Amino acid sequence: MSVDHSLLDPPKLPFEPLIERNAVITEQPWVRWLLTALALVFLSAFLLLPLVSVFVEALRGGVHAYFAAFKEPDALAAIKLTLLTAAIAVPLNLVFGICAAWAIAKFEFRGKQILITLIDLPFSVSPVVAGLIYVIIFGAQGWAGPWLAAHDIKIIFAVPGIVLATIFITFPFIARELIPLMQEQGQDDEQAALSLGASGWQTFWNITLPNIRWGLLYGVLLCNARAMGEFGAVSVVSGHIRGKTNTMPLHIEILYNEYAFSAAFAVASLLALLALLTLGLKALVEWRHADELAATRRH
Amino acid sequence: MDIHIRDVSKRFGAFRALRDVNLDIASGELIALLGPSGSGKTTLLRAIAGLESIDAGQIKFGEEDAARLPVQGRRVGFVFQHYALFKHMTIGENVAFGLSVRDKRHRPAAAEIQRRVQELLELVQLPGLEKRYPNQLSGGQKQRVALARALAIEPRVLLLDEPFGALDAKVRKDLRRWLRALHDRTGYTTIFVTHDQEEALELADRIVVMNRGGIEQSGSVDELYEHPATPFVFDFLGSTNIIEADVLGRRLVHQQKEIATLHDSIHPNGPVDVYVRPGDLRAVEANSPGMDVFVRWVQRTGPIVRAEVNLSGTETVLTVELPHLHHDVPLFKADARLRLRMMQFSLYPRGSRLPSRSVVEPPILIGRERERARLS
Amino acid sequence: MRARTFTPIPGFSLTLGVTITYLCLIVLIPLAGVFFKAAGLGLEGLWNTLSAPRVLASLELTFGSALIAACANAVFGLLVAWVFVRYEFPGKRLFDSTIDLPFALPTAVAGIALTSLYAGNGWIGQFLEPHGIKVAYTPLGIIVAMTFIGLPFVVRTVEPVLREAEKELEEAAASLGANRWQTVSRVILPAVGPALLTGFALALARAVGEYGSIIFIAGNIPMVSEIAPLLIIIKLEEFDYAGATAIAAAMLVISFTLLLAINGLQAYVRRRKA
Repeated sequence: MSVDHSLLDPPKLPFEPLIERNAVITEQPWVRWLLTALALVFLSAFLLLPLVSVFVEALRGGVHAYFAAFKEPDALAAIKLTLLTAAIAVPLNLVFGICAAWAIAKFEFRGKQILITLIDLPFSVSPVVAGLIYVIIFGAQGWAGPWLAAHDIKIIFAVPGIVLATIFITFPFIARELIPLMQEQGQDDEQAALSLGASGWQTFWNITLPNIRWGLLYGVLLCNARAMGEFGAVSVVSGHIRGKTNTMPLHIEILYNEYAFSAAFAVASLLALLALLTLGLKALVEWRHADELAATRRH
Repeated sequence: MDIHIRDVSKRFGAFRALRDVNLDIASGELIALLGPSGSGKTTLLRAIAGLESIDAGQIKFGEEDAARLPVQGRRVGFVFQHYALFKHMTIGENVAFGLSVRDKRHRPAAAEIQRRVQELLELVQLPGLEKRYPNQLSGGQKQRVALARALAIEPRVLLLDEPFGALDAKVRKDLRRWLRALHDRTGYTTIFVTHDQEEALELADRIVVMNRGGIEQSGSVDELYEHPATPFVFDFLGSTNIIEADVLGRRLVHQQKEIATLHDSIHPNGPVDVYVRPGDLRAVEANSPGMDVFVRWVQRTGPIVRAEVNLSGTETVLTVELPHLHHDVPLFKADARLRLRMMQFSLYPRGSRLPSRSVVEPPILIGRERERARLS
Repeated sequence: MRARTFTPIPGFSLTLGVTITYLCLIVLIPLAGVFFKAAGLGLEGLWNTLSAPRVLASLELTFGSALIAACANAVFGLLVAWVFVRYEFPGKRLFDSTIDLPFALPTAVAGIALTSLYAGNGWIGQFLEPHGIKVAYTPLGIIVAMTFIGLPFVVRTVEPVLREAEKELEEAAASLGANRWQTVSRVILPAVGPALLTGFALALARAVGEYGSIIFIAGNIPMVSEIAPLLIIIKLEEFDYAGATAIAAAMLVISFTLLLAINGLQAYVRRRKA
């Protein structure tokens, strides 16, 4: 077996040459090339192509048709409803996420692990089931159905139901980001602040918040992306009433089923752009603030 | 197995980790590579193992040029500072690993492997632990398993990279003694890397002091401690007082005061640095050759009494150390005036002090003057 | 759940109270509702609903496809994680950000994009169809969609473990005489095993419940390519609340079992590492 003895990656710091990976513990070049090629082909086929195709199909009818798709009243209504839903769901889940992470990371109590598992629950529930559970309670034949009908409050097949279902689905996102982050950071900083005379609120705003800001940002971005893009759960509770209870994903479905492909992809491209923005911001934060991120993680 | 290292150089990018290193190691020796971080000691060890390549020079195992062989074929036993035990395997599987990866022709039968594992675990005094997992063992035990694993392949040389660096002080001391006993018993050629001079002084047959990629001095404990060739070696092996002085004939003069008389006139006249250990200063009578000092403070730290003294009439400050029961101790009181003599010291040309890292020249081996005063 | 040792940090009651209240209102009570309703059917009623051929077929299809997709993700996810942790190549950062795409991209968008790609006249479909491989509107399409959404789970779970693997372990193996393949298969991969299993289970759980990415590319033909979530919606539209609830309860049981298995795995990994 011939072995390449040359050093592959010169070290970046002159006095720490030992952290680099050298020929002894690397595969031969042809193996590396093959594996890399395989991985990239797989990623391209499954990730990049679908992404690119969204934009290509959206612009297939030309730029005019592209923008016309958004001026259509139903589309506008869908966009507004999506934004409204996210505007309610994300802040609520943000408050919850912070409370949960604070309680779990800064205190010791029995049942902590159970709590964490419960918070993860919506993650493992199918979106359709998530919609169903609210139909069962608030639907016309549900528990609260008669009471709601009597008071003329509509939840299912109306906006409140959509908001509720979205809150359920995006429930764990921010908490899941913050809990491990704050657990890793421990309690030292907060205890130091308190010993210097800060109140609980001051400690939270001035000490904890700056420490968790990047994890918080990413959690909010993900939560928002999911809130705007949720399909299954909203599909169950919305009633698909055009112009009233259709979010953007539902509108996409309607357009697609009516064979208005370009329009469907046009609306889809907006959501795809949002996804790209989310990923881009995450990459930017990781790149620019890698040191800060590492420092706050490794307490 | 003799090892010969000839003119070995190694760069990492712009950084020269090893510069034309030459070293011979006799079979069965226990050698310490001692030096600060960045001195190249670990790089040299890894180069011998084949874990690093070298840019120039030769490493020979006996008559064989090791560069032809990758690390898998060199049959070296390498022990890492953080043990590098395979966490998902039992202790027995760890120790047997080197034997189990051999190809069919060279692999012993399963029963034979088992027997060897048992034997080795007994050798390192961990009998019966075959079925445990590494995370159930203490640091000291893990390191012994790592050693057993390295010994399983009957290596030509045993290489240990700061083997006790990750352990508590007490465990470290115990394992040092244990390693020495093991070496005496098995006779393997052993090279270990350390930055702890006490460890090197205690364990090794021979110490190789390295600095900035080169070897400063290589020799027995006595040679290094009593006859340090360079200021670096002197300072690295123990605490140091440095006095700037001038040689004038047979007199050593510091700020116009004579501080010592030289027995020979080997050393040419001129400015020098005087290196003297705190433990080599003793109180003498008022009319003996020596220097007048003023005691600033005295500190008793258990077995050692430490004092800081001022050379009278100067700003120069020296540290003195005495065993706590030494008969001179009562003389050292704050504000006392005494006369001290340097019982043993080294002279080096002025300015050849520990070079800072930005200087590029290699350290120069220089002649030195030794002065041994007879105790009066 | 109230017992705790002293701590100077304030806010325990407040934050825990908010957490538990919110959790109960949004998650626990509604979920309990499903089980109550399902229980209302009685064991026999449940059995009758669930053993109907159409329901069985959909559950089999959903779970079976998810299993295959999760296996594909395990293999390719490990490959991707390996390549990204250990090798350098141009555009790595770009590719790395796209791995999280299935997390951020809405399921409906993914659904229509995948369908248009794999349909007979799509960019990929046009090459496959002449060879008789139909992806769109068949169970194969379901597997493709499930692979898409499960992709980041394995990669992101395995990556940190690979990254942390000390290179000393590989050097030790090499110094003991192991060749590269032996080192990889006997030292590195076993260490990654638990993380891989966790990622697999996460991908599986996600695929089982997925709806939006799949219904566009699946044929949605009963008994052939109809996934369980779709059946739930159909039953709701037919006002068969009992039927829908029964299937939902079955799916919840599957999900919770998977969730417990995953948490158990993660706890096991933590204990082994300590």
